[in-house]
Amino acid sequence: MTPDLMTNLYVFMLAGFIGLEVVRRVSPLLHTPLMSLTNALDAIAVVGAIVLAGEDKGRLTTVLATVAVVAATSNVVGGLLLTDRMLRMFKSSKTLKR
Amino acid sequence: MIPSLTADHVVQLAYLIATALFILSLKWLSAPPTARRGVLAAELGMALAIGGTLLDRRIVDYRWIAIGLVLGSLLGVPLGLVRMTAVPQRTALSHAFGALCVTLVGSAEFYLRTPAVPRFMMSALSMEVILGSLTFTGSLMAAGKLQELLPQQPITYKGQNIVTLLVLAVAMGIAVRLVLHPEHAGLFPLMIVISLVFGVMMVVPIGGADMPTVISLLNSYAGLSAAAMGFVLDSKLLIIAGALDGSSGFILSVIMARAMNRSFTNVLFGAFGKVQLSAETAHEARPLRTATADEAAALLAAASKVVVVPGYGMAVAQAQHKVRELYDALTRRGVDVKFGIHPVAGRMPGQMNVLLAEADIPYEGLFDLDAINPELTQTDVVLIIGANDVTNPAARTDASSPIYGMPILDVDRARTVIVIKRSMSPGFAGIDNELYYLDKTLMLFGDAKTVVADVVKALNGGHLSA
Repeated sequence: MTPDLMTNLYVFMLAGFIGLEVVRRVSPLLHTPLMSLTNALDAIAVVGAIVLAGEDKGRLTTVLATVAVVAATSNVVGGLLLTDRMLRMFKSSKTLKR
Repeated sequence: MIPSLTADHVVQLAYLIATALFILSLKWLSAPPTARRGVLAAELGMALAIGGTLLDRRIVDYRWIAIGLVLGSLLGVPLGLVRMTAVPQRTALSHAFGALCVTLVGSAEFYLRTPAVPRFMMSALSMEVILGSLTFTGSLMAAGKLQELLPQQPITYKGQNIVTLLVLAVAMGIAVRLVLHPEHAGLFPLMIVISLVFGVMMVVPIGGADMPTVISLLNSYAGLSAAAMGFVLDSKLLIIAGALDGSSGFILSVIMARAMNRSFTNVLFGAFGKVQLSAETAHEARPLRTATADEAAALLAAASKVVVVPGYGMAVAQAQHKVRELYDALTRRGVDVKFGIHPVAGRMPGQMNVLLAEADIPYEGLFDLDAINPELTQTDVVLIIGANDVTNPAARTDASSPIYGMPILDVDRARTVIVIKRSMSPGFAGIDNELYYLDKTLMLFGDAKTVVADVVKALNGGHLSA
């Protein structure tokens, strides 16, 4: 167990608790946008793929990493776009009457 | 030395701010008035993180990155523009893409490091790749079922659970072997293939109505695999984003499973399909009261309080805009109209709310189970549009029913119930709904969109006194 690993385990644990607390407060109205937003956030894995794709560490790595960049970027772009489209639809009676 | 150090600091700071923005974005998502700010925060965080990464000194060649970013964006835009009824399958597909990214990066990392992979890193890598692979094929299967490319009925066979668990055990066994002997690189692709197979086997026995739970569970797995990737790459940003996604999927799975009064294991291994066979044989014709659209319109117009209960049938028929017209016609007459939404109505958490919001029904009118149930006793008319099991009073009364104990919308406590339904075929659980045989219940058979349109026509047609 290196000190780095321990720090990362603490970070994981704390982030998990924060996630549980924050997500528990999300109104059931917005559970679909919640899932599409967290899915887009998750696609931040793209940063790992970007570094690998640019490191020039051999053909296999570059190919795998480039496909990974494509997959994750489509989630970032599509996920944020869809979430915003959905949230724009939620209107209160006040905005609708205007 | 100092300038390069600063560049690293910039990247790290960008990640730190991005992380804070991600947490804020989930916090702001909690209620509609602030929710769009949440998306903005997520966008900013994402731009910062990606922009920061591009400054990473390890990158020597930007060509492939550029190609990947451009292709990904081109692919992402149409996926962000799907119609609202297709959101469940699109979400399943995006879980698959996220898992694909994680699996590919994990594989690349393995081949860069083998034969000398430290034990902890190999454990994290195995977690990353096993979870990623099973989420990839599992989500593709789920998307296929939701898009109706694959049969929606659960496919089961004898000893299925044991076989499925054995497959997972083999994948885990290989992972342990790799942790102890990372030089056996030939085992790595085998571990991936077996995990891919497990993903398929996991979703095959799951039917349409269990999709909300399964999609949530896959969401959680996708998050956990990304967190595992964070451990491999020593990236706190990824660990945190993965943990947030993992806990979000976990909470949603718990809510969904609880709303069906089932445990995770029961959803994953319970295969509702078996009940279906036994229940269908017990069918016999029982007297029902049917109604015409005109009669339904008259009842609705005379009511002072109406609760609409939408279900998957409304989504399939794309009837949400007609429902909005009905809402308008009734509201104009001074009828108080509310919507009662069961957590598992539809094919993913919250799907009904999105469809009704799309049709411009104000969100203050949408109520969840706990909020609407106390009101149902004072409701004149409940209008059920394509929902079945979530309204079945057997869940309260019949201890032998497969859905006994499931929290339901107590629609049978209203004065009158009108049910719009395609046919008398039983719901997903394959059980008869006692509600349909009550004296206070009227059945309106037909496609939800057509029937609601007919009711609206009757309401607006004028031959009903306002």
